[in-house]
Amino acid sequence: MTQPILELHDVTKQYDSNRVLKGVSLAVRPGTIHAIVGENGAGKSTLMNVLFGMPVIHETGGYGGRIVLEGREVRFGSPSEAMAAGLGMVHQEFMLIPGFSVAENIKLNREPTRPNPLSRIAGRKLESLDRQRIGADARAALDTVGLGVDEWLPMAGLPVGHMQFVEIAREVDKKNARLLIFDEPTAVLAESEATELLRVMKALAAKGLGILFITHRLDEVLAVADEITVLRDGEVVARLAPEGATVGRIAELMVGRAAIVAPDRAARALPGGPPALEVRDLHVEMPGEEVHGLSFTLQKGEVLGLGGLAGHGKIGAANGLMGLFPARGAVLKDGRPLRLNDPRAAIDAGLAFVSEDRRGVGILPDESVELNIALTAIEARNRFLLPGPIAALRLLDSGGIRRHAREMIQRLDIRCTGPRQHVRRLSGGNQQKVCLARAMTLDPDTLLVSEPTRGIDVGAKERVLDLLRALNREKGMTLLVTSSELAELRAICDRIAIVYHGRLQAVLAPEASDREFGLAMAGELERSAAHGG
Amino acid sequence: MVVEAAAPAERAGALETLREQLREVGIPRLVIGVFLLALFGIAVATHMDLRGLITDSLLRVARNGLLVLALLPAIQGGLGLNFGLPIGIVCGLVACVITLNAGMAGWPALGLTALIGAALAVPAGIGYGWLLNRTRGQEMMVGTYLGFAVVSGMSIFWTMAPFHNSLLVWAIGGRGLRTTLTLAGFYDRLLDKLWSFPIAGVSIPTGTLLVFAAACALVGLFFRTRAGLTIAAARSNPRFARAAGISDERTRVQATVFSTVLAAVGIVVFCQSYGFVQLYTAPLLMAFPAVACLLIGGATVSRASLTHVVVGTLLFQSILTVALPVTSQVIQGDITETARLIIQNGMILYALTRRGER
Repeated sequence: MTQPILELHDVTKQYDSNRVLKGVSLAVRPGTIHAIVGENGAGKSTLMNVLFGMPVIHETGGYGGRIVLEGREVRFGSPSEAMAAGLGMVHQEFMLIPGFSVAENIKLNREPTRPNPLSRIAGRKLESLDRQRIGADARAALDTVGLGVDEWLPMAGLPVGHMQFVEIAREVDKKNARLLIFDEPTAVLAESEATELLRVMKALAAKGLGILFITHRLDEVLAVADEITVLRDGEVVARLAPEGATVGRIAELMVGRAAIVAPDRAARALPGGPPALEVRDLHVEMPGEEVHGLSFTLQKGEVLGLGGLAGHGKIGAANGLMGLFPARGAVLKDGRPLRLNDPRAAIDAGLAFVSEDRRGVGILPDESVELNIALTAIEARNRFLLPGPIAALRLLDSGGIRRHAREMIQRLDIRCTGPRQHVRRLSGGNQQKVCLARAMTLDPDTLLVSEPTRGIDVGAKERVLDLLRALNREKGMTLLVTSSELAELRAICDRIAIVYHGRLQAVLAPEASDREFGLAMAGELERSAAHGG
Repeated sequence: MVVEAAAPAERAGALETLREQLREVGIPRLVIGVFLLALFGIAVATHMDLRGLITDSLLRVARNGLLVLALLPAIQGGLGLNFGLPIGIVCGLVACVITLNAGMAGWPALGLTALIGAALAVPAGIGYGWLLNRTRGQEMMVGTYLGFAVVSGMSIFWTMAPFHNSLLVWAIGGRGLRTTLTLAGFYDRLLDKLWSFPIAGVSIPTGTLLVFAAACALVGLFFRTRAGLTIAAARSNPRFARAAGISDERTRVQATVFSTVLAAVGIVVFCQSYGFVQLYTAPLLMAFPAVACLLIGGATVSRASLTHVVVGTLLFQSILTVALPVTSQVIQGDITETARLIIQNGMILYALTRRGER
């Protein structure tokens, strides 16, 4: 067997006390495509950051383990060192200059030049550009990737798919390129372009390059990969050959875990009446998490889980219902139509939301804990205001806000120095509790919670899940829990709906097997009547 | 032994607190404060009329305070420093001319002028806010240019406006407003003299100071109401605000209107105290000293408080008042204007370099 281009030996990385890579080893051989698959948070991007020597790695204490490139151990201090050593990266977001031509973009900063009188005096920086060779090199690179556009066309105005290919052409043109990394390259491409891209990847591998392919589109992996490494929670959980592997099997490996079955999920009597939420044909334009015609029913008093692989729209559903991203479709709340695209209407209808984007949407980082907890209720419910004639000009009841905050801090065990501490200073788990406290302060009858335990440590996870369970069992709150972690859905949900390509794929009981969940997430399990509800 | 061992630690602790306090006060404010004290020191040493200087300083603080305060709602609303202050100022000036033209005088005239100014500032502020929402991220530049454009546009208005009171229009030709209109006999220094009293030879412009204090209290109270909280929340995290059902486009317009209205009332109070209404290009550069005041007070582009307004106005206006007589005493020449420009624009530059800090 040939010597691998790239070997990783037991690579570890931790941010603060959070271990995100727990000893990852893999090898990429020349002429092969090595796919790395894993859910969000599995450690894929951290692994790439380590490989490329990104500043974020060094600033947080470096990494453990060894990286061996063509038999030589390397430790890159910056992305440019990595590139000089022959690593190329095709980015998710394009790094191209719109005003320059295709050829100029491909050869940027590596232009072939000719000496001229001025450069003989003043140095190489002033040599003239060899436009003919720029054109020829660019042409050759474009032909390799099978893109037929004129190399002198301006970049601006080209379709998005073409930009992706120009990006690849640039990496291909680098003469020392040994290993190309494709980071979710098909995320922005149309079906036919994606197929073309996969063909190009195979062609490049055939030329002897090594390719590291990061994706969560499993059908693509099966189509092109020679080897598959599955990451989960920073660990390699499986190495597979594409022969014999199925989408369902890989999905199972990505999300599967020893089943945790909640002890108290005996058959419970639900209050009945019209469902809390009846969603029909919901479409949500949330970039990366689009929903295309999702329908489901949330019964009063139940805990419904929304699961599915990243990018399939499970995250988009709650965001669309709450009016945070453009949505259309028919939604009934307690039998009455819910106005979409209007967050206030959703709150007024008795919904509350704990966002998956805690830092972006969930908190006001530079405000106090007490204000974070009270704010939405002040805005939407006119709570915590002193009496006054005009609602908008009523003064805040700082005593009431303080008392309520103290109560919540005690009830949810929020670790902080006091109600006046800024939320930025709290740990992730405690920030999440502040978000939950805020949602609870709204006194909703239905709570939508997305990724309740993302980025928080194990102990805090358990407490957050306990709290959700208590809200449902003791306060009778209806919950829609969206999560990438199947285990936590199984621990607290009555039913779990699996979303695939923006639609409902199956509704499963929490006791359903890993295999069934895997198949459903891969879109290969039809709506199962046996477990559905 | 124990006592000796504790002493250095205690000293280190005291040093740390001192450093903390220094940081709290801020180096620029410290330097300017020391400079101001030095100026007063020179004034005393050269036997100048200290009482007169303090009287003038107080007067200028009271006169300019509202215009500085007008910047506060804009910063709270996340619009940065409102260089578009002249938009509100022009509204106030139109109000002045309207009541003067009608020949009104005394308290009713002053009150009505302020009301008309505020009323005009509301639609102006809405339009300005609308524009700022369409040029997100460049509020300060857009404000500056819009201010310039409005002042220039109004210069044409002043020449064409249908005002006929012979006290206001040019004596020759009978058309077009004069550049400076006197308020003598109308409401000249009305607030300044209200309940004014001398203390140790310094006369206090009680009425104007009270108006400034009341306005500060009102602004402070406003930001403790639901509406004020809404504006601050939308500034702090627009996506959070949207999830709470707040439209940050609306809160930004509200903040702009509030700022513009304060500027309109502020210029009426200013004219009352100054005794003249200055038209044409006079409002062109009025935002800059106000901005400098606020920044010297310790505000940044994204954070400001009432303390910053008061402290900044005191420091900056006192320096302007004291520097002129003192420098002419010491170096036989007038560098006040130069010093003012250096301090004013230096402060603005300094604040812009610290953009994004909190």
